[in-house]
Amino acid sequence: MPKVHVQTRINGEDIDFLCESRQSLLEVLRDDLGLTGTKEGCSNGNCGACSVLLDGVLVDSCLVLAVETAGKEVATIEGLASPSKLHPLQQKFLEHAALQCGICTPGFIMAAKALLAKNPTPTEHEVRYWLAGNLCRCTGYDKIVRAVLDAATVMEKA
Amino acid sequence: MPVNCLCILCRIVITLQRGEHLQAFDYVAAQTVDEAVSLLAAKGAQARVLAGGTDLIVQLREGRRRLELVVDVKKIPEVNTLSYDSNNGLQLGAAVPCYKIYGDATIARAYPGLMDAFTLVGGTQIQGRASVGGNLCNSSPAADTTPTLIAHRATCVIAGPTGRREIPVEQFCTGPGRNVLGNGEFLVALRFPAPPQNFGAHYLRFIPRNEMDIAVVGVGSSVVLGADRATVTAARIALGAVAPTPLLVDEAAEALIGKPISDQTIAQAAAAAQAAARPISDMRGTIEQRRHLTGVLTRRTLQGAIARARGERVNHA
Repeated sequence: MPKVHVQTRINGEDIDFLCESRQSLLEVLRDDLGLTGTKEGCSNGNCGACSVLLDGVLVDSCLVLAVETAGKEVATIEGLASPSKLHPLQQKFLEHAALQCGICTPGFIMAAKALLAKNPTPTEHEVRYWLAGNLCRCTGYDKIVRAVLDAATVMEKA
Repeated sequence: MPVNCLCILCRIVITLQRGEHLQAFDYVAAQTVDEAVSLLAAKGAQARVLAGGTDLIVQLREGRRRLELVVDVKKIPEVNTLSYDSNNGLQLGAAVPCYKIYGDATIARAYPGLMDAFTLVGGTQIQGRASVGGNLCNSSPAADTTPTLIAHRATCVIAGPTGRREIPVEQFCTGPGRNVLGNGEFLVALRFPAPPQNFGAHYLRFIPRNEMDIAVVGVGSSVVLGADRATVTAARIALGAVAPTPLLVDEAAEALIGKPISDQTIAQAAAAAQAAARPISDMRGTIEQRRHLTGVLTRRTLQGAIARARGERVNHA
């Protein structure tokens, strides 16, 4: 199968890649571009582990064809922290121990980032509903919800 | 099946079990309706339209569907635009994702009965991609958005090799996963009349949890009340997940039309909806449970639709 040339922006950088039409954005991010922060869970849109932002909209990257990202802006977990400082969401996930095995964490953080961009002061109910498309089998969710609410408070003050 | 489990053991099992690659296919982002029609017509059953991909990509990955060509229609302006005015109603491009529709405050206010369904398709990630047109074209009997489209008298604008046609949405699905689209045809847009005076609609579904599940039963109802707001002048009741296709139940509407609103007429409408349901027993529910739920949800959605027609606020489920 011939490869398609795709020009896109990932985490603020212009990126060109070659891919087959059948490849998902998730596959290209992980296998071709080395951005392995985005995780593969179910690969059918149930678990949210592969969540990224596509032109600012939260999507499952397993359900996006890489060719569809031509001319679009992709944001992944790798773009969050600066070299010297974690993003408040990352910091609060650590402080609240909102992870154990960590596979779901990048997806949760990208989903929470999309929520706080849209709604900087969500209620606990709003956080839980927004994150319904992200599964975690370790924490029981409470710590995650608390970390997101705490991060929202910190980000509001900043 | 550990398919959705993220623990390390399940991840290893799943990784060993599957190759996890889609079969090869060509991808074209059509720029015009005519281009999409000619691409689809040339490839027949070997081609399929891509909108949000939340059904199609899963079907391809699981090998349930094999294609030579995927035609992305999101670049066609008409298929990806949303427009509303209070005279002409709503024109909803078939590829517009759910989040864009309920994110439009004017449209959300004008059609709360549509938003009931559009806000509960999958989770946030799915709503970022999944389109109402795609939900209809996937033609699942349990599709959450279809009963409410029927209750709102939506019509389907279909483009094909011989031109365009427009059909009522209740005629679109012909069986599980099947619909009226012929070779080279695709759904361009859905059209909704402007809500008349004293119009109200409501959609509810039953699932065993709070979100992220497939309807055991879904019911969409709408009413138009007379100037006194005490008599029903028009009604539509549509059922999901209780027959091979979503059902419009005229007998349920007839129990209400021309009569004063009362618990008795609503109960008669609910009984008519139950009688029209032809459910099966499966992993999600039994025949008896689905028939019972059809009655309960018909009653509750009618009460919600009437309340909205009277200007009262009814929250989304």
